[in-house]
Amino acid sequence: MRLRALWMALAGMAVLIACWEGYIALGEATDGTVLGFDLPARYDKSAMPHVWNVVTRFGDQAVAGRPGTVGSAVLAACWYTFRVSMVGLLIGVAGGMLVALVMQRWRLAEKALLPYVIISQTIPLIVLAPVLNAWSGQLSVGPIEWQRWYNLAIIAAYLAYYPVAIGALRGLQSPKEHHVELMDSMAASGTATMFKLRLPAAVPYILPALRLSAASAIVGTIVAEISIGGSGIGRLIIDYFQRSTGDATNIAAAVLGAALLGLVVAALVSAFEWTVMRNRQRDAMSEMA
Amino acid sequence: MSESASEAAGVSDVVVPATVSVIGADMVFNRGRPNEVVALRDIDLDVADGEFVSLIGPSGCGKSTLLRLVGNLLEPTAGTITVNGKPASRARLDQDYGMAFQQAGLFDWRTVARNIELPLELRGVDKADRRARALELLELVKLGDFADHRPWELSGGMQQRVAIARALASRPGLLLMDEPFGALDEMTREHMQAELIRICAELGTTVIFVTHSIPEAVYLSDRVVVMSPRPGRITDHIDVKIGDRNDDTREASEFFEKITEVREALRGIERDLGGLGVDDR
Repeated sequence: MRLRALWMALAGMAVLIACWEGYIALGEATDGTVLGFDLPARYDKSAMPHVWNVVTRFGDQAVAGRPGTVGSAVLAACWYTFRVSMVGLLIGVAGGMLVALVMQRWRLAEKALLPYVIISQTIPLIVLAPVLNAWSGQLSVGPIEWQRWYNLAIIAAYLAYYPVAIGALRGLQSPKEHHVELMDSMAASGTATMFKLRLPAAVPYILPALRLSAASAIVGTIVAEISIGGSGIGRLIIDYFQRSTGDATNIAAAVLGAALLGLVVAALVSAFEWTVMRNRQRDAMSEMA
Repeated sequence: MSESASEAAGVSDVVVPATVSVIGADMVFNRGRPNEVVALRDIDLDVADGEFVSLIGPSGCGKSTLLRLVGNLLEPTAGTITVNGKPASRARLDQDYGMAFQQAGLFDWRTVARNIELPLELRGVDKADRRARALELLELVKLGDFADHRPWELSGGMQQRVAIARALASRPGLLLMDEPFGALDEMTREHMQAELIRICAELGTTVIFVTHSIPEAVYLSDRVVVMSPRPGRITDHIDVKIGDRNDDTREASEFFEKITEVREALRGIERDLGGLGVDDR
């Protein structure tokens, strides 16, 4: 089954590459006009570099006259973004859990908080990042100078907390009436009910939320880098974009790097999920025994 | 059941006399609001030590509510409820009773044994003692080989046995059961009834048992309490003195006579109300 999944993934990638290269070939063969219609997108090398050029570009020198390849630059930038977004993810998950716990414990808090939790995600990142950057410009907490990457992590956390908050709230509320009555009949305290019933019951709801949060943390970090700075993959894409004149190969290489970063994080979350869920019922979410 | 049998199961401890007394209990939901419901009115009920009492009646007669009042999951609007001579709230905190519901309610993140340990864990019993007690109870409910299985690997009947074992974990003298066999198929159900009688006889447990089923109530009980809805009240007490239960009991004429007697009592309620279904199974 595993092997089959791998083959299907590879086949999917092959189809994608075929479409990409097919489009370029079609454009070159027809000079951009098919049956009297113009092709919707540019097919030249400044917009759509050949796949093999992108792959070989990883081995090329990044800056003329200086050591270091494009590949190592992309890797270093991905590593930076990875670390920042993981810090953001941790803060976001902790914050999301806290918000969910408060909302589950007090109905009034749920009514008061939930609308703002939802509104929080409609504020565009493009606005938020520069504001945060301006705010924290002079900030120092005691002897600690405020670092630029703190802002990136905060943005990542701001995006990452949301799925966990919503998922955890649903999960904490998932035990049925008779489960709660059972705990009451055993004279369990509120804290005991939380730790022995609600939190374990919430796990199958929190894990899918965690996937979304991890993806959000990465996207958040990359987008925030554009206006805040730092030395991550988002910044590198912008750099290459500004320096590229009529050649998108570097940009495509950096984007490929960002995609690989996403895959790595998704794999990490899956591994974590597997570890936590291996002793749980597969459909625990839909039906608790 | 003989003493040797209970010793074999390792549960030969002394059981404190367990009695229940409900005096003038009223239960009103949403009091003073337009959706006010009088669930119970002026309930008096005494249950003696070691007695098996079933509560039966049409839907909405408040039998489950009455059970929850005894278990202190609900506070009565009026009246007093004592369990083992103490207020119901005290009895709950002291774990004087164990409770089982229609849904086994096992936690899928715990093994079978650790599900049974849960009430002991909540009381701070140490790990080795908890484990020993869980294994003892698994023997009692004849699931000795399933300690480290996961709940979802068990059939519905087996899950319900685990739930009963869990209810018995802190050695309560009283069991409160809310249609525990309601979701089981007929064969499993009869089997579980026989098992419950065996266990309660071995331990001398007092039981209050809510059911929809007339034969189940008659088979299990020393006394069947018939209830009527709107407002919920007790209309009849039927003593079932048909001797020791065994496989032949279900075919004995006294058994059928008692079933008829309970059915007549329920028909009386139905006539008064103009037809409400009671499960005849």
